[in-house]
Amino acid sequence: MTDAAARIPAGARFDFWPRLFGLVTICAALLVAEFVIRGGLINRFIVPPPSEVIQALYRVVVQEHVFRRFLATAAECLIAGSMLTLVGVATGVAMHRYKLLQQACETWVASIAAAPLVIMYPLFLVVFGRNALTIIMMGFIAGLPPAILKTIEGLAATRKVLVNVGKSFKLTGPQQFWKILFPAALPTIFVGVRLGLIFALINVVGTEFLISYGGLGALIADLAERYDLAGTYAAICFVILVSVLCFVLLEKIERWLRPVD
Amino acid sequence: MPIDGSDNAILVVNDIVVRFETAEGPITAVDDVSFTVRPGEFLSVIGPSGCGKSTLFNVIGGLLDQHQGAVRVGGETVDGPHKSIGMVFQEESTFPWRNVTDNVAFPLELIGMPREKRIERARHFIKLVGLEGFENRYPGELSGGMRQRVSLARTLASEPKILLMDEPFAALDEQTRLLLGDKVLQIQQELQQTTLLITHNITEAVQMSDRILVMTYRPGKVKRIVEIDLPRPRTSEIVTSAAFGRYVAEIWNDLRVEASRGMRDEEQHALHPRGAGA
Repeated sequence: MTDAAARIPAGARFDFWPRLFGLVTICAALLVAEFVIRGGLINRFIVPPPSEVIQALYRVVVQEHVFRRFLATAAECLIAGSMLTLVGVATGVAMHRYKLLQQACETWVASIAAAPLVIMYPLFLVVFGRNALTIIMMGFIAGLPPAILKTIEGLAATRKVLVNVGKSFKLTGPQQFWKILFPAALPTIFVGVRLGLIFALINVVGTEFLISYGGLGALIADLAERYDLAGTYAAICFVILVSVLCFVLLEKIERWLRPVD
Repeated sequence: MPIDGSDNAILVVNDIVVRFETAEGPITAVDDVSFTVRPGEFLSVIGPSGCGKSTLFNVIGGLLDQHQGAVRVGGETVDGPHKSIGMVFQEESTFPWRNVTDNVAFPLELIGMPREKRIERARHFIKLVGLEGFENRYPGELSGGMRQRVSLARTLASEPKILLMDEPFAALDEQTRLLLGDKVLQIQQELQQTTLLITHNITEAVQMSDRILVMTYRPGKVKRIVEIDLPRPRTSEIVTSAAFGRYVAEIWNDLRVEASRGMRDEEQHALHPRGAGA
């Protein structure tokens, strides 16, 4: 082992090759797409070549005020995320606490998690109007079920011996919850919140696109209506980039929350 | 076998009977168990698997209230977990989200001790169980034996009058078990800690105890109580002595019949799942 290799932590050395492989795969896929489109196998008026999309990225960022739109989407996601965290965790706790409520509602919540809620946007438009509230509520409702279900799962999975330790120290009900049940369930709860936030982001951008209002989703809809295909794909790439960054950040927080096993 | 508790016993277990309803009908897990523990004494309860040892542990610890008879600590009847009884469980029971210091300081946090003071107290107990240098480690970074020592330190930090342990070293290998036995003995002798150990391990029981209560297989009754007249202070070196071997043989003699009965019962149960235990 060389000195340079010895200085790199083992984990970092292990991560380098998969990351490089992932990057090379993406570049290779883009190159293949470029040749296929330029070769005429795919109509370039339907799918523009990646090189044009990359060129359009700068134009979209500068001329279409992408950061302002990003902030609008981020604010909607943040509000929807905060709401689904608070309501989802509180509902999950209540359902874990009251078994009748859990038995009555858990299947419904699981069904909602599997339903394509985005098709309900006309109803939300009627109830809340064509404004940010509709978008936020769509994100909130879509992200709620995983937060509820994972909270119930985390609390139910708390090892009985930890609860008995609490009892042996004569913990009161609230102490038992805050000092044992909740911290024991927190890693699983966060998985639910992370899934909820991802669902919320998908639905926020999707609703923006459908009602042409707000941030990044509306930008994609605008560009598509103008038949600026390179710009449309550039904006889609920007949304994907934001989603990836969001996912990585949430994963890091989750790892930080999860104790060493 | 009622006990009046008129001697200076710190713990009186009187006529405990525990019955469970099962699919195969009612089962008497513990039947008419009575004994006392004197202050500073180390008493072990030994018996084959299924003799109701852990049920008895839960009754004494106040975790199981569906029983007949009474448990008294210092004259006070135990009705739910009692502040004078500190419990160490068989399963790994450290809090994975707290480091060693915060785990051990847990009972001190509950009584509202200021942070600096409780950390100082926690460090005292961490040192006592021999985990100095691991104060900031999380349980996931420790071995099974070290985690059990964290649990022991956490219970000791609550300064219980009686330390109640349910097979705390059952999941550990024999060598670690002997060495941890040394540590428990050293702590017990240093603090004059009244200790009640539930175990199925004869060596462990003889190594540490002043008296050993031998239980029968289901229903769990007191078969006999053996006085262990080995010199103190003791260490694990005692296992090489002839007297130690005699005690082990004597207790095994008592237990063999019970363990065989338990094994036969389990075999019957496996062959005829319904009705074998009735």
